[in-house]
Amino acid sequence: MEEETKRLKILAYKMRKEIIQMTNKAKSGHPGGSLSCIDILTCLYFNVLRHNPENPEWEERDFFILSKGHASPAFYSVLSYSGYFEKDELKSFRQLNSRLQGHPEKGTLKGVEITTGSLGQGLSIANGIALGLKLKKSTARVYCLLGDGELQEGQLWEAIQSAGHRKIDNLCVILDRNRLQIDGFVEDLKKEEPLEDKLKSFLFNVLRIDGHNFNSILDAFNIASKTRSKPTFIIADTIKGKGVSFMENNVKFHGVPPDDEETETALREIDEELRKMERE
Amino acid sequence: MEKLSLRDCYGETLLNLAREDKRIVALDADLSGSTKTSLLSKEIPERFFDMGVAEADMIGTATGLSLTGFIPFASTFAVFGTGRCYDQIRQSVCISKANVKIVVTHGGITVGEDGATHQMVEDIALMTSLPNMRVFVPADAYQTKSVIEYVAKKEGPFFVRLSREKFPVIYDKDKNFNLLKADILKEGKNLTFIATGLMVFNCLEAAKALKGSGIDAEVINVCSIKPIDKETIISSAKKTGLIVTVEEHSVMNGLGAQVLSAICEEAFVPLLKIGIEDRFGTSGKPDELLKYFGLDPESIAKKAIEFYKRIKK
Repeated sequence: MEEETKRLKILAYKMRKEIIQMTNKAKSGHPGGSLSCIDILTCLYFNVLRHNPENPEWEERDFFILSKGHASPAFYSVLSYSGYFEKDELKSFRQLNSRLQGHPEKGTLKGVEITTGSLGQGLSIANGIALGLKLKKSTARVYCLLGDGELQEGQLWEAIQSAGHRKIDNLCVILDRNRLQIDGFVEDLKKEEPLEDKLKSFLFNVLRIDGHNFNSILDAFNIASKTRSKPTFIIADTIKGKGVSFMENNVKFHGVPPDDEETETALREIDEELRKMERE
Repeated sequence: MEKLSLRDCYGETLLNLAREDKRIVALDADLSGSTKTSLLSKEIPERFFDMGVAEADMIGTATGLSLTGFIPFASTFAVFGTGRCYDQIRQSVCISKANVKIVVTHGGITVGEDGATHQMVEDIALMTSLPNMRVFVPADAYQTKSVIEYVAKKEGPFFVRLSREKFPVIYDKDKNFNLLKADILKEGKNLTFIATGLMVFNCLEAAKALKGSGIDAEVINVCSIKPIDKETIISSAKKTGLIVTVEEHSVMNGLGAQVLSAICEEAFVPLLKIGIEDRFGTSGKPDELLKYFGLDPESIAKKAIEFYKRIKK
């Protein structure tokens, strides 16, 4: 386990560098919420998901839906590091004619199951996939990542009701609970806690974890896969901008990329962290 | 005159298709008895999903089902199935080119007593605006059957608008439709009615009423509003030199607007749009409302004569 978490953590920090570089080069994009969910996505794509980048439409694959589509830098990073496309293409993020659109678009870029960006829509889609898999008697599973600001969207609560009511147990929802949204603290805009109580009453199996602890993340996915007759909701407490000191908990970096100087500092910090990890 | 329900026909056709093709599934938002998806739900409950009063969730769930190879038909009233979930149709369905069929009933003012909130007169405008969306409005029950069979077969997003009221039968039961072609139901010489849905029959009646006034009207049924059959429309425009579009929909951005933009590059022909004049509906009986809004055959004929005289003088 320790070796595996070390492997995942190193991967996640390498991809943190990609997130910084992609958004800096594009001079736009959403680094904060990408850095908060990259550890979760790394666990999914490099340990949990049954998928085949060589054959993206493999019948038996698990599905992943990025409902918070603005975390596309994190999503594209795990896709390219998994082998869906060359890492070099990450440089084209948000450029004209790029397959790496500002928000993920279903089409030519394999691995993107559906278009997301306008918030609140991913869970209904994940439900539909999970119901379809059940109809087909498939054992594949569906994972859906939500943002905590996104949880203000009414459609998500429609979908949460559907998943609980229909006992969609091949579904695992992960909430990237980084507590910040563009206009400030989520709890100041609209109180979301007590999240565990709310989601339990909507008939979910609810787990709450440290979203940057790789063992906890893997354990939670493992519990989710063994849970029957209830969908699982993992509330992952995370830090917006995680991994770069001056970006952590700094709402500025929700939708603003680091400038060239900040980028240099950020990359240096991450490299330092990577050297530490490799020494351990 | 024989009248048949488009909704009944939809429910029966969908059930028949689902019997043959296990990929067909239906979703509804608590209106399955009205939209007639209930026919499928009773016989094949495992392929029916009643999402409750949650249209956005219904569109998303339909999208998800399509990603696992199913062919979902999502139904509710026109007002809830378009405006209520426009962004879901836009992003989840249309940008993604998902294989989702949205079939709505209760389009237009003939919803009747329920009034403005339930009378959708902007749905064609909304749906034709969406890239990748194709928009069908059948003119009778037999054309409805053909439309439903067609959209089930074709990959990608479709929007089909049906009505609450029964429609007079226009076509033969066994007609072989070419749905992408605008259908010239009556040839004419000096005015063209271009209509969709229930207004096709009303235009046929109006054309009869015009005979005594020296107007020999052509009547064209446009079932596929998007893509629209430019060729047939332009050639009729050039032939008669006068166009009157008629729709049970707002005149702002419906059939009339589509026809106008289809012809204006190639033919300079005066065009009168008959429909709901930039306002919402109101309560009343369907027949009363058609008269009130000037969409009954007599009112259509009267407006056509006035227009003809004004232009030809």
